[in-house]
Amino acid sequence: MSRPISESRSETAFGDFKLPLAPGEAVAEAERCLFCHDAPCIAACPTAIDIPQFIRKIATGNLHGSARTIFESNILGMSCARVCPVEVLCVGDCVYNHLDQPPIAIGRLQRHATDEAFAQGWTYFSAGPDSGRRVALIGGGPASLAAAHRLRRCGHACTIFEARPSLGGLNTTGVAPYKMRADRAADEIDWVLAIGGIEVRTGVRVGEAVSLSDLERDFDAVFVGVGLGADSPLGIPGEDLENVCGATAWIEQMKIGRVDLAGVERAVVVGGGNTAIDCVREALGLGIPRVIMAYRGDRARMSGYAHEWDAALAEGALAEWRAIPIAYEGSGRVRKVRCIRLDEARRPIAGSEFELEADLVLVAIGQSKLAAMLAGLEGIQVEGGRVAVDAEGFAGRTKWYAGGDCVNGGKEVVNAVAEGDRAAKAIDAMLRGAAKGSPHA
Amino acid sequence: MPDLSTDTGGIRSPNPFWLASAPPTNSGGQVQRAFEAGWGGVVWKTLGTPIRNVSSRFGGHVIGGVRGAGFNNIELITDRPLEANYREIAETKRLFPDRAMVVSLMFETREEWREHIARSIDAGADGLELNFGCPHGMCERGMGSAVGQEPAVNERITSWAVEFSTVPVLVKLTPNVSDIVPHGLAARRGGAHGVSLINTIKSLIGVDIDRFVPEPRVGGASTNGGYCGAAVKPIALHMVAALAREPEFGLPISGIGGVTNWRDAVEFILLGSSSVQVCTEVMLRGFDIVEDMIDGLDEYMRTHGFARISEMVGKAVPNFREWGELDLNYETVAKIDADKCIGCQVCVAACHDGAHQCIHPQEGTRVPRVDETECVGCNLCKIVCPVEDCISMAPVEHGVAPASWNEFVADPETHPLRPKKGSHG
Repeated sequence: MSRPISESRSETAFGDFKLPLAPGEAVAEAERCLFCHDAPCIAACPTAIDIPQFIRKIATGNLHGSARTIFESNILGMSCARVCPVEVLCVGDCVYNHLDQPPIAIGRLQRHATDEAFAQGWTYFSAGPDSGRRVALIGGGPASLAAAHRLRRCGHACTIFEARPSLGGLNTTGVAPYKMRADRAADEIDWVLAIGGIEVRTGVRVGEAVSLSDLERDFDAVFVGVGLGADSPLGIPGEDLENVCGATAWIEQMKIGRVDLAGVERAVVVGGGNTAIDCVREALGLGIPRVIMAYRGDRARMSGYAHEWDAALAEGALAEWRAIPIAYEGSGRVRKVRCIRLDEARRPIAGSEFELEADLVLVAIGQSKLAAMLAGLEGIQVEGGRVAVDAEGFAGRTKWYAGGDCVNGGKEVVNAVAEGDRAAKAIDAMLRGAAKGSPHA
Repeated sequence: MPDLSTDTGGIRSPNPFWLASAPPTNSGGQVQRAFEAGWGGVVWKTLGTPIRNVSSRFGGHVIGGVRGAGFNNIELITDRPLEANYREIAETKRLFPDRAMVVSLMFETREEWREHIARSIDAGADGLELNFGCPHGMCERGMGSAVGQEPAVNERITSWAVEFSTVPVLVKLTPNVSDIVPHGLAARRGGAHGVSLINTIKSLIGVDIDRFVPEPRVGGASTNGGYCGAAVKPIALHMVAALAREPEFGLPISGIGGVTNWRDAVEFILLGSSSVQVCTEVMLRGFDIVEDMIDGLDEYMRTHGFARISEMVGKAVPNFREWGELDLNYETVAKIDADKCIGCQVCVAACHDGAHQCIHPQEGTRVPRVDETECVGCNLCKIVCPVEDCISMAPVEHGVAPASWNEFVADPETHPLRPKKGSHG
């Protein structure tokens, strides 16, 4: 597939924040695992990887089997090992947290096994016998990739429609480069597609070149994994000034191309979520000396993870709490952000205006929702911009399933994989019999 | 302050920690460094008719990431000139007169034994140890364990040594026998002043699964070697205790087999050893481990009120009984301390898959529940629990008087047994 990833892209300035384990280190860490019964780490993993089992296999030198255990539950296990917020998932629930010993470094162990699988070129899965059924997948991010891979194992033909020039979604263009760089994500996509039988149609926007009714007519099932849309603006004066950027757009540019930081000495990041913290750490890592996060709430209320903000602080981040921009100022290019303080109820406090000098503003207050594109399909509910689905990812209309950010509103890669996988299993059940959503029921 | 000095069959040493006859006692330089580090005695690497060794010689058994948790070797007795050994023994004894210098010997003929016992004593030996234990190589030539496995041969050669020697004679016993007691008694009949045990256990340490050759590999083949190291301690403890409780035995014991620290040493002493010998742990870590052994033993004696080693020797022997003498009416059940439990449920898996299916997960908490009506008090949960003192085995008061199997069989009316548990019947 095409790889529009520049060799001289800005993200290559970053090394790994969490270093890979050396082989002996991995075995020593694996030996520490207690092999818990009904392990809490598995319950904490959205894809329910059998973590104690894959760790035990590392301890015995069975890396091939270890990686198989991971991929069996999570086909994007290589990137999830790097990008998962393990501190609030598997590692956060390791029983060692209740003892006076550090929790098992599950993410780094998973990386150890899956990196070896990639380095050795191990493959585990082949397509099932051709079922004669065809599934369309709208969007080419982690949810659709996971769904397509599972569907191919079941023998169903897949076609992914991706509006952008390449697959991968935010896993390629949005992950903080000190966790994973874009080329690694692209390698993984090639590895997933190697199962064969997944037709990829990039540059095709469903609703334009192909209509929803075309898909419904031509395919036996449709999986919607469109993710989220463009960065949301605050809607304040000065948003058209140069260097006022939407966060995910800027991150994408940094990851697959170059961002021009000439003359940028001060950056302001607007928001308090994980994308905002990523921007702060990325701006600092690219050498911007002074980076301030302006957030409308206080630290206790920010949606960004505490461990991420702690890392940002250690790297030199500054913060303005309970502050919100009311205007960007400058001539041609942004120079200042005018802000106002908010009270406990997030109401502006009269007379509390202040200015932050800024040569770059990154706005990370959320992304637009794309689910509205489905609004015309009877039976599909869109609630708060999200596609409503049942526990199996069925969207309420015959043939239609959904998963990933367009369903969960914007979570982790691992959530998208889990939702894509569960929908694929439901689609397979439907295509094989008279299950829910079946046109043959 | 406790007195750590000890006497093993007339061989005195300032502490009970000796180096066993093995690679660490192969030369004067090594033994002198060991004495500088604080070792109370050594048994010099076995002297005998010159031999040749193979390459490689050692194999390690990795258990749960612990290298050398078990260990074996196919090295033979000294391969250095006997003259050099005697010269260095003399020099070392001169430099460290207060330490126990025991010389290990392995010869074939009566005349050889006579000559080398004399030369060893001339060199300054405080005692002799007869190597009747080596389970590889030498036994194929009729020595080592080939002697130790035949009580009559053991007794005969021991009697030669005692006849020729003016210093105490210890017989080093092989564990490669079905019952150690007749072999200890043979040494006693031969006139030995004490025994050392165990020598190494006949073993194959592992197999190179890519080359299909056992370890340690000598070209394209290997041979059985002597197993030792921490993993053999339970076997050694049993054999030491079996002799210590034998009424007809009564000789001092130098305990050997998996001693890695002062705790192990205390266990050997409590089961009847007057001194302990260490090899593998020194091969893995060096001579300096003795500092903690001395410290730890000193502190143990202080906190337990022992003034002398002799007060400790054999203290646990009376409590080592036949199964038929154990109280069948002593009952315990597992208790889980919910405050300490970290919710790993390793005990659940162990109890369900490996024991008596009486520890169960509960709704709403990771802390498991013990079904005390089915718990047989087997101890498995306590063994697998990763948290110190989280699971305890609590005695159950049921009012039935103690009764052993032997008592019950002899008189069931007088010695009734408590109701059986854990049969899920």
